[in-house]
Amino acid sequence: MAMIWDLHCHLSGVDGKTPEKRMAQLITIAGRMGIERLCVYMGMPWARDPSPEDLRRENDQVLQAIGKFPDRTFGFVYLNPKHVEASLAELERCVANGPMVGVKLWVAHRCSGPELDPIIQRAAELKAVIFQHTWFNVTGNLPGESTPLELVALARRHPNTPIICGHTGGDWELGLRAIRGQRNLYADLAGSEPVAGYTEMAVRELGAGRVLYGSDAGGRSFSSQLGKVFGANIPESAKKLILGENLKRLMTPILKAKGIKV
Amino acid sequence: MATSAIALSAALPSPAAQAKPAALIDTNVSLSRWPFRRCPLDDTPALVAKLRAHGVTQAWAGTFDALLHKDLTTANARLADECARHGKGLLLPIGAINPTLPDWETDLRRCAEVHQMRGVRLHPNYHGYKLGDPLFGRFLAAATDRGLLVQIALVMEDDRTQLALAKAAPTDTAPLPALLKKFPGARVQLLNAFRTLRGKPVLDLAAVGVRFEIATLESVEGAGNLLKQLPPDRLCFGSHAPFYYFESAKLKLQESDLTPAQRAALTHDNARKLLNS
Ligand SMILES: [Zn+2]
Repeated sequence: MAMIWDLHCHLSGVDGKTPEKRMAQLITIAGRMGIERLCVYMGMPWARDPSPEDLRRENDQVLQAIGKFPDRTFGFVYLNPKHVEASLAELERCVANGPMVGVKLWVAHRCSGPELDPIIQRAAELKAVIFQHTWFNVTGNLPGESTPLELVALARRHPNTPIICGHTGGDWELGLRAIRGQRNLYADLAGSEPVAGYTEMAVRELGAGRVLYGSDAGGRSFSSQLGKVFGANIPESAKKLILGENLKRLMTPILKAKGIKV
Repeated sequence: MATSAIALSAALPSPAAQAKPAALIDTNVSLSRWPFRRCPLDDTPALVAKLRAHGVTQAWAGTFDALLHKDLTTANARLADECARHGKGLLLPIGAINPTLPDWETDLRRCAEVHQMRGVRLHPNYHGYKLGDPLFGRFLAAATDRGLLVQIALVMEDDRTQLALAKAAPTDTAPLPALLKKFPGARVQLLNAFRTLRGKPVLDLAAVGVRFEIATLESVEGAGNLLKQLPPDRLCFGSHAPFYYFESAKLKLQESDLTPAQRAALTHDNARKLLNS
């Protein structure tokens, strides 16, 4: 049985009035699927373009959620590059001086601009795992929603910093092409339809070492997203990497630095 | 001693149950080629092997050719032939009807009389009509007269990832509840419904007898949560394979904490009732 770590979970789409209750619920359901660890980010409700106050509120909720389940969860700090100073302060509070181990950037602001650089630099110093949402949406991206190509532009300026390409652009046949040449970018399989061929193409174009399982639960089901890996026609060794070993490898530097044993 | 032996034997499945694995009816598979990509299992023997390996005992198979072909007459003949050739006892052919085509009535007749099909499948968003259009009402009347199950695929893929040249917006089900009140004998199942339908519209459709399947059902414990809200016979198992990984649907049976009755309903009872009612 492979070790399964889920890169991509939220406190939404699941019952419970408090972050702790929702986290408990997610852990119970994930347990049925053999998932050991859940990375969680953003609050309830979440803001698409969070103000500094929103960031603190949402990150506090995640701190609450993971505080009760340190052996099953990892927290990522939610940041907004429109508010660089506030974002850097949150990074210090939640990662440098708190228990979080990663960074989540969503749809507030396109990720190719220079405002991102101080955030990426500080996150890299802290060895935090960096996750940037991306989409190639044929019906139109949100104004602040990045494409994988914009993430490539950012990743080129930080070639020694691993960055995860959230959703692999959703339209993965485009997203995988966009990121395949940029070796510090990783593919997140989460949060899209379980279209057959996705994982096979990811392994073919990036190598299994650059592909990560995540769900986007509770809005997505664990099943539809695990199905992308379990159902793929790839070697068992590749499945193990994708389901957990790659994420563990990416996280090992910060876990070691923080003295977190897994 | 005796008590614990009884408790132990009660916990084990009976020899009969062990010998006969539970039925699993997949109400949503397709044969032939997806128009915009090769799917890993778009070769019928490979799909059949996958379904059988996962314990599927019957699969209702439409054809991807339905989406863009005009000659649905031969598409349906190929589908029937492919099911007979490679899917004996497993694949149940579900013909495609496009009621905007001239003389679709002959296609419907051949599906029922020549190919002995039990149901037909519609793709309104690829064929360019709405469920409020009179032609859909005429089709529904004809299909109901013949006692055919009607499957309506609301989407086939995420509209955010479609080819720019071939965008098909999800089919709107708003006209359906009122229409179905006029056809009490109609048997309608929506495929790939939950990408666009959630909450009250689902309950309203279920209230007029519409069935669903779980291929596009998302959110954690989705099946268990939906079963709590719907009348017990409305939700069926469906995978949308080979377009989706089959495992996605199969794992949903594990993700929810289902009662034995719910599990039986979802895996086969509801589909069986729908086909035979
Ligand atoms: Zn997400």
